[in-house]
Amino acid sequence: MVTKEPYISISNMSYRYPDAKHYALEELNLTIYKGEFVVILGEHLAGKSTFCQILNGAIPNFKGGEMKGSVIVGGLNTQEVSVAELAQKVGIVLQDPEAQLFTTKVISEVAFGPENLCLDVDEILERVRWALQVVGLASFEERSPTSLSGGQKQRLAIAAALAMRPEVLVLDEATSQLDPVGTMEVFALVQELNKKYNVTIIMATHKSEEAAQFADRILILHQYRLIAEGVPQEVFQNTKLLQQVNIRSPQVSQLATYLEERSLCLSEFPVTIEQVRRGIEQLFRRGENCEL
Amino acid sequence: MRTLAIKAETLTYVYQPYGVVALDEVSFEVGEGEFVAIIGQNGAGKTTLLKNIVGLLKPTRGKVLVEDLDTNQFTVAELSMRVGLVLQNPDQQLFAQTVEDEIAFGPRNLKLPDSEVASRVEKVIAKLNLECFRREFPLGLAIGDRLKVVIASVLAMRPHIILLDEPTMGQDYQGHHQTMDIARQLHQEGHTIVIATHHMDLVAEYAQRVIVLCQGKILLDDTPAAVFSQPEVLRRTHIAPPQITQLAQSLPPSLGFSRDALTVVELGEAVLDKVNRRESITKKQKLTLVEKARDSGRYDLFQEGR
Repeated sequence: MVTKEPYISISNMSYRYPDAKHYALEELNLTIYKGEFVVILGEHLAGKSTFCQILNGAIPNFKGGEMKGSVIVGGLNTQEVSVAELAQKVGIVLQDPEAQLFTTKVISEVAFGPENLCLDVDEILERVRWALQVVGLASFEERSPTSLSGGQKQRLAIAAALAMRPEVLVLDEATSQLDPVGTMEVFALVQELNKKYNVTIIMATHKSEEAAQFADRILILHQYRLIAEGVPQEVFQNTKLLQQVNIRSPQVSQLATYLEERSLCLSEFPVTIEQVRRGIEQLFRRGENCEL
Repeated sequence: MRTLAIKAETLTYVYQPYGVVALDEVSFEVGEGEFVAIIGQNGAGKTTLLKNIVGLLKPTRGKVLVEDLDTNQFTVAELSMRVGLVLQNPDQQLFAQTVEDEIAFGPRNLKLPDSEVASRVEKVIAKLNLECFRREFPLGLAIGDRLKVVIASVLAMRPHIILLDEPTMGQDYQGHHQTMDIARQLHQEGHTIVIATHHMDLVAEYAQRVIVLCQGKILLDDTPAAVFSQPEVLRRTHIAPPQITQLAQSLPPSLGFSRDALTVVELGEAVLDKVNRRESITKKQKLTLVEKARDSGRYDLFQEGR
């Protein structure tokens, strides 16, 4: 549930990687509320991955570089506390699962985080089993992570983050290698974590159709800046802007735009199959054409 | 008869030590010059199949023929002049210090004369617009360009058959199309293309034929339209048709839309066509009313028809 309680506050934040000429993010001002499901869209190199890593403090604490302004997550200033401390609030799933998997067994991969919190063995096992269950890898405990398929590795990386029971889950293109149903499952799973456990979700992705269906709010990054935000319908209706910044709208929105350009308007701008289906049905019931 | 590019005969592949059966008696043929997409859930066997075609994996049982060569009897090196593979993650196959060296590596290993190596390098650099990167460190390039370098180094071997394993990882929308456009161009130049992907909108737009894998078996093998018109079957292997096809399938049958629209333009045109036709029918009815009014001299009918 989206609340009015700000959980992440970013003010006047700019960041530059060590030795880089340009800022990787510029003058970012943003508030994310507890319980929000936020999706970040943007073309390659727009700043999505950098954005994800400022949230768990990996930037600037691990990467160095120059950060101006402030990032406050759950009351902690990321420039003042350690990544370990932030790890109990923010879980992150990286784009390339191979970059974060390192143990020899699925079970120990997921247990690694909770072990480092010095939890009871029973508590660790309970969290591990829950996390593996949630991502559908319950029967894979003894397998080696290297023996999993690309999609299974992505699920495992999500499980490892979940076992930390984070308040915020940041996913950086965490469904890029998943099949269509697997993608839907991860979105549905993330939505369940969002609704049932009130985990705040921040998800960078290129999959606009799922984004349209699940997000409370969509942010658009372009050339290191936040250039637009809003509910999915607002964002995807701005066809001109999306074309300029190379973002693919959901196919149903593309259809509405295609029809609009040919003087045929649907009663509401659709971002889901359901909405466009209603629109087309109405078209043939009443025969509404827009006058241009 | 058309020449065969690839033929798999009851191809079975088992990964050890877990005994995972990744391919289970798969048989199919790909003719020279086809553009085939392989789809199926994570773990369905797509990558295993491609690796068996290129000879990196040898069948546990059954066999694969690449242009009539049995992969069991030839090395990857020998097969590499006929079939090339672009891996899922380009970073796994880049290792040289410069783009030029990366591309020259394969031809050099064929022990070709230096002049021939140089000429091949020049040709693929020009073809893939890599001129400005030729002395750059390949792993330092942006993802789309890294992928182009990999494709270039595969092309330098002059294989007829090009296999691409999810060549869209980590790329954005524009990058996807750029990659698929390269594949289409190679296809038009006569290459046989086999591409594994999870992007169904790209399959719908680019492929001529789709092989659907499910738990190591072939579930469907048909045109994109025929394959995507069977959403229930596809669901068994975690595939959903492109969103636009799903929409076409969810419209009430009474509206009479074809259920296998593959692209936004196709469905968009169908909607426009139906709206226009309905309008012209309405116009025709109105004209009939006007004619009747004129004939009968009835003013009310005339008004209605105007």
